[in-house]
Amino acid sequence: MHVRAEPEPEIPEELRQSDVDEWGRSEQMRSLARRVYDPVYKHWFRAEWEGLDKIPTEGGALLVANHAGAIPSDAPVIMHGIETELGRPVYGLADYFFRKAPVLGTMWSRLGGVAAHPDNAERLLREQQQLVLVFPEGTKGPSKRYSERYHLRRFGRGGFVEIAMRAGVPVIPIAVVGAEESMPVVARLPNVARAVGLPYLPITANMLALGPLGVAGYFPAKFKLRVLDPVNFDTEPGRERYSRSRVMDESENIRNLIQQALFDMLKKRRSVWFG
Amino acid sequence: MSRRVLVTGLGTFWGGRVAQALEADPTVDVIVGLDTTEPTVELERTEYVRVDANYSILSRIVKATAVDTIVHTFLVMDPTQITARAMHEINVIGTMNLFAAASAAGSTVRNVVVKSATLVYGCTPQDPTWFREDAVPSEPLHSPVERSLDQVEAYVRDFAEDNPHVNVSLLRFANVIGQEIVTPLTRALQLPMVPSILGFDPRFQFVHEDDVIRSILYVLGHNLPGIYNVAGDGLLPWSEVARICGKRTFPLPPFVSPLMLLPARLAGLVDLPEEYLTLLRYGRGVDNRRLQRAGFDYRYTSAQAVRAFVEASRLRQTVGDHLPSYRYERDVEQFFRHSPAVIGNTPNPAEEPR
Repeated sequence: MHVRAEPEPEIPEELRQSDVDEWGRSEQMRSLARRVYDPVYKHWFRAEWEGLDKIPTEGGALLVANHAGAIPSDAPVIMHGIETELGRPVYGLADYFFRKAPVLGTMWSRLGGVAAHPDNAERLLREQQQLVLVFPEGTKGPSKRYSERYHLRRFGRGGFVEIAMRAGVPVIPIAVVGAEESMPVVARLPNVARAVGLPYLPITANMLALGPLGVAGYFPAKFKLRVLDPVNFDTEPGRERYSRSRVMDESENIRNLIQQALFDMLKKRRSVWFG
Repeated sequence: MSRRVLVTGLGTFWGGRVAQALEADPTVDVIVGLDTTEPTVELERTEYVRVDANYSILSRIVKATAVDTIVHTFLVMDPTQITARAMHEINVIGTMNLFAAASAAGSTVRNVVVKSATLVYGCTPQDPTWFREDAVPSEPLHSPVERSLDQVEAYVRDFAEDNPHVNVSLLRFANVIGQEIVTPLTRALQLPMVPSILGFDPRFQFVHEDDVIRSILYVLGHNLPGIYNVAGDGLLPWSEVARICGKRTFPLPPFVSPLMLLPARLAGLVDLPEEYLTLLRYGRGVDNRRLQRAGFDYRYTSAQAVRAFVEASRLRQTVGDHLPSYRYERDVEQFFRHSPAVIGNTPNPAEEPR
């Protein structure tokens, strides 16, 4: 059976009116945000990197870090640092909760946030060879109390390892010191959180000290970030499932690497504020 | 190989355009079109049969015409034009009767193409950015149109399983846009200001109506059983869609519900059903590469499809309806098709009703 040979219609030229990509990220918005955020990064948190050269300048990699601070200050620092130093975009995976929030959800998406769905991670890493940042602790990291600072929570169910194996990309662990003190959680209100539909609702030291300003005002803790050696897997990419024990072992191993690096960095830290 | 094709929904954009394209194909011997309403496009040799919405006489037609191919386009996707009950009758009961007729003993049906929509993936914040054909909805579907399409697809799956000798293709179309088709989204884009939801700017995917018809003909011509997403490349933020249309957006409150829009709907201002309100919050993208891997080339990306729609509506605003208007006149059509006075109507046994 033949398809009728029609004259080719004249196709109007591609005329995009914005630079929002398929994930919702906009380089224009990102560069504006970088300009606004740069003084915070440089002069407030005074972020200092160690081993930034371990992050590849091309090819996909899954960046895995510890997560802390009631409203985590680590994600913007990591994304800003890598984008300014390496000049390549970083997509941050986070709970789909963000998508439900008006304004915030759109902002988050324009600035490189992507809902943490395995399909999204696989497409970003395997097909588009991008840098993807994930916090395997999820909300358990930022919701923990100040007294539990720098004690890594469970790394989910090891999903991040499976994603990296499937995509055939290395996991690059990053240990972050400073986020815990930038917004310490002194108490939690789980019942109120449940009632208003938030994943967690913390009372922070910032709120006690600064009042309403404390909701978004970070303390000027000194940020130190250490990039650890990439972890490569010898598994065949593209498989539907991987050995559960292997995945859990790798996940636990990466968690230990970050935990040990954190203890090491804390040993050397003389002051929370000056590093 | 000559073909005998049954097209459901001949009176709709979909069925009419498919029948027109099939008429130009010399290997198609017979085209029978079913609908509850008369065709709105000019057809030369398609036989139009008026049926009731749920096709109760269908098995007789299938048997009498001995069709080998069914193109099922008579599925309602626009809940604003029809009650939920009528939609259920057309979509679910119609499909049930169609497949009952097609799977009857001695059925000659060997190819089935069904039009579905990406609405069956639902729309929630948990969704992946791109749905593949094997994805399941993140949450149970609850709007009437989504649920009815889901039930339609269940009948399609059952039919395909029970009749392994039949090529069953299920096409899931993203938001269709172009010069003719009218959907809740095209109506929204033709308002003086395009409704949006405050604080949300989700990404939309479109498919041009030409690509819709071409894809149906493509799967017919290449016998491609299975499920295929049909959607243009690329996702566009809703604000950008409005901008391509040269319009500004009018933000509705973030907690807007169909009930809140009722006064606006009654006043004829804006009519956005439930599933489109969630779409304006979270958007939806589908992976269109399975059909591309099967060799299909899209002529339009999402952005190009929107642009083509804008240009067509500009033209319509200036010169009115430029498409040739057509009214079906039964006697005239019967005369042209069957009268011996019309030259070219040499008796052709294949085309005579049996």
